[in-house]
Amino acid sequence: MIMLRLLEIEFHKLRYSRSAKILVFSYFILLSFIALIASIEFNLGSLEFRVADQGIFNFPFIWHFNAYVASFLKLFLAIVIVSMISNEYSNRTLKQNLIDGLSKKEFISSKFLTVLVLSLASTLFLFILSLILGLSFSDYTEVSIIFSDMEYLLAYLINLIGFFAFCMFAGMLIKRSAFALGFIFIWWVLENIAYGIMKWRLFRDSEIADKIAGFFPLEAMGNLLIEPISRLGAVQSAASQMGSDIEKDYSVHFTDLLIVMGWTVIFVFLSYKLLKKRDL
Amino acid sequence: METILKISQLTKKFGSLTAVDQLSFSIQRGNVYGILGPNGSGKSTTLGMILNVVNKTSGSFSWFEGFESTHEALKKVGAIIEHPNFYPYMTAVQNLELVCKIKGVNKGKIEEKLKLVGLLDRKDSKFRTFSLGMKQRLAIASALLNDPEILILDEPTNGLDPEGIHQIREIIRKIAAGGTTILLASHLLDEVEKVCTHVVIIRKGKKLYSGPVDGINASHGFFELKSKNNDLLIQILEGHPHIAKVSEKDGLVTAILAEPMEPETINEYIFEKGLSLSYLIKRRESLEEQFLELTKQTHSA
Repeated sequence: MIMLRLLEIEFHKLRYSRSAKILVFSYFILLSFIALIASIEFNLGSLEFRVADQGIFNFPFIWHFNAYVASFLKLFLAIVIVSMISNEYSNRTLKQNLIDGLSKKEFISSKFLTVLVLSLASTLFLFILSLILGLSFSDYTEVSIIFSDMEYLLAYLINLIGFFAFCMFAGMLIKRSAFALGFIFIWWVLENIAYGIMKWRLFRDSEIADKIAGFFPLEAMGNLLIEPISRLGAVQSAASQMGSDIEKDYSVHFTDLLIVMGWTVIFVFLSYKLLKKRDL
Repeated sequence: METILKISQLTKKFGSLTAVDQLSFSIQRGNVYGILGPNGSGKSTTLGMILNVVNKTSGSFSWFEGFESTHEALKKVGAIIEHPNFYPYMTAVQNLELVCKIKGVNKGKIEEKLKLVGLLDRKDSKFRTFSLGMKQRLAIASALLNDPEILILDEPTNGLDPEGIHQIREIIRKIAAGGTTILLASHLLDEVEKVCTHVVIIRKGKKLYSGPVDGINASHGFFELKSKNNDLLIQILEGHPHIAKVSEKDGLVTAILAEPMEPETINEYIFEKGLSLSYLIKRRESLEEQFLELTKQTHSA
């Protein structure tokens, strides 16, 4: 009941905002463009190459493939998340919300609930889209195969929630949309620099750097969904013809899920602490 | 009488600056209170603390005798702080609907309140198209949506043109006449004097006075007198037991009263002493003079 009220409040704020509506709509439209991959055809001289025939829409591989591709589009929703926080600062409506009787805890909850709902909606959309694509193109349509490897969808969901929680925190911290998005980008660069220093200076020729970097928020989110392209039969056989076998672990790891969920809790908690400490 | 808000020893420090210094006062139902003080005296910071947007450094406050948490209590309060803050992309009605959702009241009163502030014909215009005066009036409508136990207004006429100031004051008067408790922060003396029954005067975060508007100065007013022989007049006045202090400036003698006294009484007294007055008037200090007097005292102290 309480959660419903908070969601209603946030939904009211978003539904009249034209930019938020446009971004959310274009996000879901772009998501459905994944289906267009099916129609990609190459004509290399006499060789005809159709992407849909390469097995990317085969169950259960399609769950992995679509989750991976779709996870890039989350940047669209990230803009919505960041601006729904920073606009509250720039319009000074955050202050008015609190004066009107919303508690700081309720404010953060309403934002995080919105993050959850958007992530769930996106996952559900992806599930339906993949199901339809799979049923149209997959070589295997046994129920037991269709619904195997579903953990990629869970990884997708956790990936979105974690990333949006990070966006929310950035918005709270920086208060300006553009700078908050810049902050996320700089954070990503810093994670890579830190990884680079560890890998090539501190712990050369060992796995320690990768282990530590696995705890970085963005790195951990990335680890949830490993690229699926090299899993494709065509790519595998091409690699073995060139004499190198691709050995990669493509599975979703429980520890990565746990790390990202841990960061989600930290980001939400820090957002709350930040708001609590601030004089508005 | 029921206490709506009780503030005790409330203090706010911004670094080394003490914006509000051990402020205590309480607000009873049905009165119209003014917080009076020059710019930067800590009025807005005080309101910010009781409204949950500024963290207090020490001290305490309690709403409605402390039966509810602050944010629950705020649902029964209507408040406007400084600038009107709304979502620019929403219309007046959409903004008020959101406030209803936050306060948990039904939307039935939106039209009524918009009518009260004279914005009914602009109800479907976007907030960003409003003039400052209209924004301020929308803020008042918003603060009234829950028929609040107390209405808090911070500098409600700041930055408005005379027409706007007049409209806002009319609205406040209407609300006060309806029996709503009001807390009005202002640096404008006449604003407080015209609207308020009680006043809290603060300067540099410290309370100088709190009580009824007419009780600011315990004095009983003063006489201004003239006669052909002012030296003798002063001598006679100084001999009177009910007169505290006599001074002369530009031929006008001022006698400050220690006890209440009517002009007839002093006139007869002086006449008996063999002097006739050419000018006599009894006056009370205006709030402005009293305010300046109060702030001056602490300045030199």
